Amino acid sequence: MSFKNVSFSKEELARYNRHIIIPDFGLEAQQKLKAAKVLVIGSGGLGSPLLLYLAAAGVGTIGIVDFDVVDESNLQRQVLFGVDDVGKPKTEAARKRLQSINPFIQINTYNTQLTSQNALALISEYDVVADGTDNFPTRYLVNDACVLAGKPNVYASIFQFEGQVSVFNYTDKTGNTGPNYRDLYPTPPPPGLVPNCAEGGVLGVLPGIIGSLQANEVIKVITSIGEPLSGRFFVFDALTFETRILKITKRSDTPVIRELIDYEQFCGVKAVERKIKEITVEEFIRWQQSGEDIQVIDVREPAEYDEVNIGALLIPLATVTERAGEISRDKKVVVHCKMGGRSAKAIRELEDKFGFGNLYNLKGGITAYLQEANTVTNS
Amino acid sequence: MATVIIPTPLRKFTQQQSRVQVKGNSLQEALEELTRNYPDLRKNLLDENGKLRNFVNVFVGEEDVRNLQNELTPLQEESVISIVPAIAGGNIV
Repeated sequence: MSFKNVSFSKEELARYNRHIIIPDFGLEAQQKLKAAKVLVIGSGGLGSPLLLYLAAAGVGTIGIVDFDVVDESNLQRQVLFGVDDVGKPKTEAARKRLQSINPFIQINTYNTQLTSQNALALISEYDVVADGTDNFPTRYLVNDACVLAGKPNVYASIFQFEGQVSVFNYTDKTGNTGPNYRDLYPTPPPPGLVPNCAEGGVLGVLPGIIGSLQANEVIKVITSIGEPLSGRFFVFDALTFETRILKITKRSDTPVIRELIDYEQFCGVKAVERKIKEITVEEFIRWQQSGEDIQVIDVREPAEYDEVNIGALLIPLATVTERAGEISRDKKVVVHCKMGGRSAKAIRELEDKFGFGNLYNLKGGITAYLQEANTVTNS
Repeated sequence: MATVIIPTPLRKFTQQQSRVQVKGNSLQEALEELTRNYPDLRKNLLDENGKLRNFVNVFVGEEDVRNLQNELTPLQEESVISIVPAIAGGNIV
């Protein structure tokens, strides 16, 4: 980063005045911010505060990678977006909002999924990466690409009421590079064990807190002020207000990262879908209409069931083992959840543990069922 | 009695308790007692041989037990054990 030649207009100087007058920050740190290029991966819960603060603070070039569109259910925590943005690509909505906050910065948008094919080229164009993704495959991809490209990876992750922050792959002034995500978690948890997002959800304000801490670390990494959270792992519990800073170190017993791999396979995401019986919504409706005696089980959470259900027996995924006795062994049993992910897990667990052979996964879950039912009603 | 801090994703196995008191002179003894009291925790923390699974990190105080004596790390009365699993987002699939 060559920041010495960076200059500011009168408007910019006025805008950044509260930064510049901090004795330990000054014009130099502001110049470094303007010269910096930060790639933010994911513009959701964490990406929202992160992008808002980085833009407001005057990071000169911000890249945003996201392939999603704004959904109503995002607005509970993704404060970057408003009602008018629903249905629009997140990258476009984000660009508009950020440019209105700070017209003096450059926003690059990538309305695409980060993949093993495009990650290195993209990341190489930036100085710092901020990882605000919400799934394990992308997390490992971002980590490995940052290690290969030699870029610091400012990491944050959230789940329900709990948040984590760290700065991975950070090279300090003496040339020592700190630990990365794989030093902490060499491999992801196998599907079915802790914690995939089967019982998900997140308190809306939590990504606000954690994403702001992430923005703070990005600014520290760029400006070299303070001590970046490298070699340290911050854990926050919003319920107990307990915060801990744990020491993390590089491990010698993990394989060296040499290339990007198939991360879906690595995280077992593909394996989850293997060999269970499925039925489509159409077939299911045909079974129902034919008067065949079938049992229907809903493995979602009670709150989801209360919101909408199709009269199935509610057995939340976490309780299928203990309530296996309530599931019929003689007739056909159709298991469903919202989209089909949790019900697939439930079926595998029931097959593995109790040898069920009469379970069918409803393809597309209750979402597909309601859509189909609507179509039928409307026609 | 040492204290184990249970992370959010595992609280469904501890009746939603965020802190659990356990007896034990070593981490191994503490984890044995913990998983005896809450059997569903076991497969999430320990493998068939009673060793810590590699996607779960355990800290005593602020130190990673891999940098101490792993399962044999000694515990004091006031020791705080943190279990730190990998987490990623809150999407429902």
